[in-house]
Amino acid sequence: MPRRRLALLAALTLLAALAFMLVAPQGNWSFLLGFRGERLAALALVGASVGVATVLFQTVAGNRILTPSIMGFDALYGLFQTGLVFLLGGVGYAALDARLKFLIETAAMVAAAVMLLTLLLGRGRTDLHRMLLVGVILGTFFRSLAGMLQRLMDPNEFAVVQGASFATFSRVRGELLMVAALLALVALWLAWRQRHALDVVALGRSVSIGLGIDHDRLCQLALVVVAVLVSASTALVGPVAFFGLIVASLAHVVMRTPRHAHLLPAAAMIGATILIAGQTVFERALGLQATLSVVIEFAGGLLFLFLLLRGRPA
Amino acid sequence: MIEIDGVSYGYGTTPVLRDVSLSLPKGGVTALIGPNGAGKSTLLSLMGRLLPLQSGRVRFDGLDVARTPSETLALKLAVLRQETVLGTRLTVEDLVAFGRYPHCRGRPGEADRQAVAAAIEQFELGSLAGRFLDELSGGQRQRAFVAMTFAQATDYLLLDEPLNNLDITFARSLMRRLRSLADEHGRTIVVVLHDINYAAAWADRIVALKDGALVVEGEPEAVFRPDVLAAIYGVPIEVTRHQGRLAALYHWE
Repeated sequence: MPRRRLALLAALTLLAALAFMLVAPQGNWSFLLGFRGERLAALALVGASVGVATVLFQTVAGNRILTPSIMGFDALYGLFQTGLVFLLGGVGYAALDARLKFLIETAAMVAAAVMLLTLLLGRGRTDLHRMLLVGVILGTFFRSLAGMLQRLMDPNEFAVVQGASFATFSRVRGELLMVAALLALVALWLAWRQRHALDVVALGRSVSIGLGIDHDRLCQLALVVVAVLVSASTALVGPVAFFGLIVASLAHVVMRTPRHAHLLPAAAMIGATILIAGQTVFERALGLQATLSVVIEFAGGLLFLFLLLRGRPA
Repeated sequence: MIEIDGVSYGYGTTPVLRDVSLSLPKGGVTALIGPNGAGKSTLLSLMGRLLPLQSGRVRFDGLDVARTPSETLALKLAVLRQETVLGTRLTVEDLVAFGRYPHCRGRPGEADRQAVAAAIEQFELGSLAGRFLDELSGGQRQRAFVAMTFAQATDYLLLDEPLNNLDITFARSLMRRLRSLADEHGRTIVVVLHDINYAAAWADRIVALKDGALVVEGEPEAVFRPDVLAAIYGVPIEVTRHQGRLAALYHWE
């Protein structure tokens, strides 16, 4: 059964991709295919990255309501961007090579994730509540710090930061696509390789150690993968806080299995499908009259409240 | 055999175990008893590498717990803690199947399926196999977890208060199963028990801890003496015999 559902998801993804490429063509085809192809690849990559990152994170955290953004992962990314603009000025920031900037930001994200984790996991006792509390506090801290820098800076530079820190699915930063895709694919592959061990990790620390899993090391690896995936997707389109929650919840509901061999591909395909189909509808049918990210955040926020109020996530 | 050498452990500055040394022969059922806070669960967690050793050494058949890779140990010993809360929603059968992970790494073969079926039958879980764990009673869930450790097919089984949540019927039948695992399957079982009467009735050896130190170890006959039990629990305990079986009476003043 899960296989059939996966095949169905794959068909849906393909359908969304075809619609995105072929509906309402404007201009000549060779230009269009290249132009749309690049954005299609970016949307698919972002959707898959956010979906997989959230499922991984929820498995490690043993909680279906948390997402990487709640742990301050993308707040940190925003702080790095604001900090760079602040230090270099709007012109200097714009002059910086985008790929170099991306690599620096990703490296900083991974380093921060690893540091946070070794700090908290170091003594062999995973205290999840402490880790989450620290994450929430750090997230607020990063946001406030970025906010303070933004208040200090010149309005023109602030506009640069704003441009960089809102999710835009219409204007994908194409120059980053290759390097972000490469990193994200490596991260996705690492997650896929651990799919069976992740099933065990979901059983909790003591059970998984009893079954011979190096629990702490695997959690670290998973969170590094999450950091890379969040960096890649944030760099391409900006932060989308609740999108991951929608995708991970849908993946669990659709697949109804604890197996990551099914959950990971399902989350990747659901994420890609929602972004591609949503963007197609907004661009072609609604003529860019609204923003996809606003709708995603709105729907995600409602889902978050629903999950909280219902108490026990599915 | 299990060799425990000079194991001490503390949370912060509070010592929980003080220099415990113990050696348990292969085979049979050993009961760990002692009052609350005696360090029974900590000792069991250290043996099962759920906590890192701070000092001392634990070896199973010569395999040093601190040095042997975790996946090798998972083929030698299975460990079950008392509080078992899962992050995911699993059926009983799924859970029991996880016991085979050390053998098949997520790719179960025919032998693994048979072992799972045998574990489900052994613990009379057949009618519950397709049910989700969160729909079961505490006792049924407990049985499912013990069945998982059984499916792991290890020489050693470490169980932390498996009788918690179990009514008299299931507590007794679980002890009977542990007994038969030891007698018929040659497993070595170390089990933390609160009710010392179960220890006397089913165990070959009793190890008593108090305030993190080893007080006494030996056959039930040797431990079940009023003076010894009084020293362990700090209250007078009467010991009697009924039809040749030892029984401790402690539930009234």
